Amino acid sequence: MLKVTNIKKTFNPGTVNEKVAISGVSLTVEDGDFATIIGSNGAGKSTLFNAIAGSFYVDEGSIELDGRDITYIPDFRRATEIGRLFQDPMKGSAPNMTIEENLALAYLRAVKGRGSIFSRITKAQKKMFREKLALLNMGLEDRMKQPVGLLSGGQRQALTLLMATLVPPKILLLDEHTAALDPATAEKVLELTKKIVSENNLACLMITHNMHSALELGNRTLMMDSGKIVLDIKGEERAGLTVDGLLEKFSAGAGKELDNDRILFSK
Amino acid sequence: MGSLLSLPVITSALELGFIYALVALALFLSYSILNIADLSTDSCFTLGCAVGAQVAIMGHPVLALPAAMLAGVCSGFVMATLQTKLGVESILAGIIVNTGLYTVNLAVMGFSSNLSLFKCETIFGYFKEIFGATWYKLIVAILIVVMVGLVLTWFLGTRLGLSIRATGDNDDMVKASSINPGFTTTVGLCVSSALTALSGCLIGQYQKTCDINLGTGMVTIALASLIIGETLIGKGGMLRRIAGVVLGSCLYRFAIAVALRLRVPAECLKLVSAVIVAIAIASPHIKKQIAFQKRKRAALSARKGAGSC
Repeated sequence: MLKVTNIKKTFNPGTVNEKVAISGVSLTVEDGDFATIIGSNGAGKSTLFNAIAGSFYVDEGSIELDGRDITYIPDFRRATEIGRLFQDPMKGSAPNMTIEENLALAYLRAVKGRGSIFSRITKAQKKMFREKLALLNMGLEDRMKQPVGLLSGGQRQALTLLMATLVPPKILLLDEHTAALDPATAEKVLELTKKIVSENNLACLMITHNMHSALELGNRTLMMDSGKIVLDIKGEERAGLTVDGLLEKFSAGAGKELDNDRILFSK
Repeated sequence: MGSLLSLPVITSALELGFIYALVALALFLSYSILNIADLSTDSCFTLGCAVGAQVAIMGHPVLALPAAMLAGVCSGFVMATLQTKLGVESILAGIIVNTGLYTVNLAVMGFSSNLSLFKCETIFGYFKEIFGATWYKLIVAILIVVMVGLVLTWFLGTRLGLSIRATGDNDDMVKASSINPGFTTTVGLCVSSALTALSGCLIGQYQKTCDINLGTGMVTIALASLIIGETLIGKGGMLRRIAGVVLGSCLYRFAIAVALRLRVPAECLKLVSAVIVAIAIASPHIKKQIAFQKRKRAALSARKGAGSC
């Protein structure tokens, strides 16, 4: 369970470039919760993810993961419990290392105890990687010795998704992870996302600019504007909602029209 | 060829090739894998030689090896700290450490510019009885390099090794995964400097002398070996790439041996090295250019032929 309490973040404070990116966000995500996040340009969606993942420390407020205060824990330590995918498929895997080595790295990060830094992948684990890769239906299981740099963007993003969930994290952060892919591949990666999230009962936050998937995917939708969560809908209220209804609710919540051109185009 | 390369020339080229291969492996780790140009290599090599020579003079030629490696680790650690903790650019950090080490090296050598090991036992000498007078140096060098190569291959497959490789390969990925890039960079530089120092130590015992300027130009020579190896072997598994680096180092020594046999004066050797390095580094690019020019000419002449008829 992720519990974010009243976090605030201002970039370049005291200068002309001062930018309040998050102004008091509180949010609780239960295990098994799959929430989609939409919002205007610069609403603070990615900044919220950066705060949760620890790319920077927040100015105020606290972040708890499964009851443990992680507010001041560095990002690389949080990463054992937080899986993260970016919009750019190139960001999630090492291009000059083979598929197998990338998976090994993702798998071994969870091994704990003395001497664990010298732990290696066994034959049984290689077989397990193969089986998991076969589930992606992309033929990657026969290319395990090839460098990841040879894969297409969609294949790489699917691999990154597998890497992020190979050892199930406590929460999965998806930052428009299908936005840079062609429609067919995006659909496939989205299907995989749904499957992996429900199989592992992960808590998951997904930023999207597609209003339809924002309503269809998961069980909860959050809308952000000017560094705040202006709308948080779930359950029956969400089930009966259309895209137009969502836009209306946004205007009511934020006191203005939604100004994300990508969202409006994809409407 | 027989007159050009006699057996002693071949064995000594191989001996030097294997011993200097350790520096090339160090650069393989720092330059190819971690993507850091480690300019402290020159002085670190001399440091290994000086420390090893002093320990050997005290009568412990075998202990000299770990002692030199430990000295290398210290040098690598200082360089890594400058980079990861104090925000110094990696090239600058290398230059700073390189300059500082000059004084350290002089101090280790008792503020004299050279040390002689002629009167003391060396690690090679221990094996003279066992392997015979012709081959003993080569066999010792091969044994050490093979051991280092196997350990390095094993190491790069462990979690730490994979993390080090990822650090040099994808910065964004490392930031988002549970790898502390400061830590992996430090470990990588320590290991690479240890290998450089080990090589220096072996050269000192091989030549039975240690000179303050021994390491000058070492980074260029090692880079040449590394690139010759990588160009010939190409991409592949870790063991294959490491073997390629060792092969590159031997080939480089053969090139130098041939140059010497062709009566290139010893004073010109640095220039010969520089030319070999330039050719080795430029060759992949030149190959591509030639292939493109060929294609271009073929396409243009085909077009001309079609236009005339």
